[in-house]
Amino acid sequence: MDLNLDAPHSMGTTIIGVTYNGGVVLGADSRTSTGMYVANRASDKITQLTDNVYVCRSGSAADSQVVSDYVRYFLHQHTIQLGQPATVKVSANLIRMLAYNNKQNMLQTGLIVGGWDKYEGGKIYGIPLGGTVVEQPFAIGGSGSSYLYGFFDQAWKENMTKEEAEQLVVKAVSLAIARDGASGGVVRTVIINSEGVTRNFYPGDKLQLWHEELEPQNSLLDILNAAGPEPMAM
Amino acid sequence: MTTLTVPIDNGDSVKIAEEESQRTLYPYVTGTSIVAIKYKDGVLMASDMGGSYGSTLRYKNIERVKAIGKHSLLGASGEISDFQEILRYLDELTLNDNMWDDGNSLGPKEIHNYLTRVMYNRRNKFNPLWNTLVLGGVKNGKSYLGMVSMIGVSFEDDHVATGFGNHLARPILRDEWHADLSFEDGVKLLEKCMRVLLYRDRSAINKLQIAKITEEGVTVSQPYSLKTFWEFSSFHNPTAGAEGSW
Repeated sequence: MDLNLDAPHSMGTTIIGVTYNGGVVLGADSRTSTGMYVANRASDKITQLTDNVYVCRSGSAADSQVVSDYVRYFLHQHTIQLGQPATVKVSANLIRMLAYNNKQNMLQTGLIVGGWDKYEGGKIYGIPLGGTVVEQPFAIGGSGSSYLYGFFDQAWKENMTKEEAEQLVVKAVSLAIARDGASGGVVRTVIINSEGVTRNFYPGDKLQLWHEELEPQNSLLDILNAAGPEPMAM
Repeated sequence: MTTLTVPIDNGDSVKIAEEESQRTLYPYVTGTSIVAIKYKDGVLMASDMGGSYGSTLRYKNIERVKAIGKHSLLGASGEISDFQEILRYLDELTLNDNMWDDGNSLGPKEIHNYLTRVMYNRRNKFNPLWNTLVLGGVKNGKSYLGMVSMIGVSFEDDHVATGFGNHLARPILRDEWHADLSFEDGVKLLEKCMRVLLYRDRSAINKLQIAKITEEGVTVSQPYSLKTFWEFSSFHNPTAGAEGSW
C-alpha cells in the first residue's frame, strides 16, 4: 500500500513490564548511546512517577525524561487533590496525553507504565510511538524487544509468582542484551506490589551465559597457567 | 503551526514552543481491514484484533470495533491512537447528548455525519486522523452502514470494507451479498471474506471478532480463530517440475 510506514529505527534499549499474581515487575538494560558511543553504561531507565507507579523509558533519552518529569509533576498535584495514591490507569493516560498531543513534534519515546493500586492491583500499560495505550499482561519495548517477541510467546504464563516473574524479566533483558548492540550494561528490575517497591540490580557477571558467550576471566595468563597437563611421572 | 503544548494547573494549555506548519504525519500502530454488511436484522461488522507496528505484528488484542451509544457500531482501520482519540470525541458527544435528557439519542446517521465533519476538517488542516472508519447502526427499524476515509470521503452502502478489504472482500460481497441475509448467512459471508484476508493480507492475524447491531442493541463476539485450508495437492510439491521456482 502507499502508506509512508516509517517504522521507527533504533531505539537503543530493552524495556519490559510483566504482571504477576500480586503486582508487576519492570525491567530494563542500562545502556544509553549517542550514535556508536555508549554515553552512559549504567543508566537507570526505570523512573518513578509516584510511590506506586513507575515507568520504563525508551527512545530519545531527552524526550522520555521530559515526559516523565511532566507526568510526575501532574501526578503529584493529582494525588494531593485526590487525597489518595494515583491509579496506574490515570498515570498511563497522562503519559498518553503528552505522547499523543506531541506526535507532530516528533516526540520519539516508547514507554511502559507499570504499578499497583488498590482498585485494579498490578497493571501494565504499553504506550508506543504515536500515543496508543494498550493494557497488557506483559509489555516489551525498545530496540532490544525485537529479539524477544518469540521468547515471550513461548515463555510467558499467566499467574506467575513474584520470583518466576522477576527471573523471566532478567532472562529476557539478558537475552536481548546479547543480540542488540543498542542494549547493554546491567539489568535493573523494579517490583511493585501492595507491600511497596523493591529495586534490584543484576550486573553482567551475575547473568547466565548464552550461545557463544564465554566465562569471563581476569587474564589469558590464568588460563595458560591453569591448563598445561602434567607429564605422566614414571 | 506546530506548537508544544502542556496543560497547566487551571485546566488551560500553555504553549511552550512553536514551529512552522508540518506536513501530514505517518501512522505507527495500525489496524488492518474492517468488513461490514447490512443483513436482515441490522448490520454485521468483522475485524481482526491486530495492531501492527510497521511490519511487526506487535499487538494481538486490540478491539477495533466499538459500540457508540445505543444505536451505532464504529470500526476503524489505520492508526490506533487516532481511533482512541475519536472514541474520546464520541464519548463527549454522546455524553452531552445524554445530558439533554430529552429521550432522544444520536443515531448512526448523526454519528456518521459528525465523523465526516471531523475527518474532513482535519484533512483540510493537513493534519488528518489516519483512519478509515466504518459506521453501522440501526435506529427505528432502519439499518445504516457508511464509511469515512482519512481524507473525508464519505458514503453509505449495503456493504463496505477498508484497506485490503476493498480489494479482496468487496468483489466477494458484490457477488454474494443480497438483501435480507439471515444472521448465519451473514456471518458465513463475513468469515469467507476474513479468511481470504488472512491468506493474502500480511498484516492480518488469525484472531477476529464479529459485532452485530440490531434494534435491540450491540453484541461484540468473543475473539476466535478461523480454520484455514492448505491441502491443495499443488501445495504439496509446487516446484516438483521446476526446481528453484516458487
